[in-house]
Amino acid sequence: MADEELDVKGLTCPGPLVETRKKLKRMEVGATLLIRGDHAPSKKEVPETLAELGHEVISVTEDAGAWEVVVKKKV
Amino acid sequence: MTMTKLTIIMFSGALDKALAAFVLASGAAASGWDVTVFFTFWGINVVRAENKKALQRKDTMSSMFGAMMPKGADNLPLSNMHMLGLGTSMMKRRMKEKNVKSLHDMILDAKELDAKLLVCDMSMDIMGLQKEEFIDEVDDIVGVGTYLKEAKDAEVNLFI
Repeated sequence: MADEELDVKGLTCPGPLVETRKKLKRMEVGATLLIRGDHAPSKKEVPETLAELGHEVISVTEDAGAWEVVVKKKV
Repeated sequence: MTMTKLTIIMFSGALDKALAAFVLASGAAASGWDVTVFFTFWGINVVRAENKKALQRKDTMSSMFGAMMPKGADNLPLSNMHMLGLGTSMMKRRMKEKNVKSLHDMILDAKELDAKLLVCDMSMDIMGLQKEEFIDEVDDIVGVGTYLKEAKDAEVNLFI
């Protein structure tokens, strides 16, 4: 169970990435965030970018086009 | 962690080009990049405020420029298919349907993620605008030297 959740369903580029980063900025280090989306390229791009920023990507799952990413804020 | 840096020279005052610039700017800022957008020539209208008045009296030419140029992000024309505004309003409707953020919102997103917005001092003079006529999100009015200093340290520099 993640500490916080963010729904970016329906949002297109660069919405999911931008909203995720805005949300993470407001969270404490160590907290976890569950992101739910359905923008196809973001399923790959959001976790990639989060990892590059130094956060820990805990899981990426997909079901019929809808995806969920869980990340732990590290920096 | 060393940050990758992006600078964009926003030369165009067209909605489509400004959208492309701010998808990149907000996307890069969201990816943790250091982002600077330098607004020059027609591009300064992208950050013109819709309802702000100049503090000093303007000469005739400046007033004419002011009246003819678009007032801010919500009033820019498309570079193609503007069709007296019909094409542009169709594009905006389509963007809303497709859940694409407005240009105004993208500018706010980029700022919230620490992008820097700089307006070219020389363009401001030519176009007869005054610093009070820009949106509050503008960080500074600067010369080319400031832009060059930013660009020198950047891995990616774009002219749009």
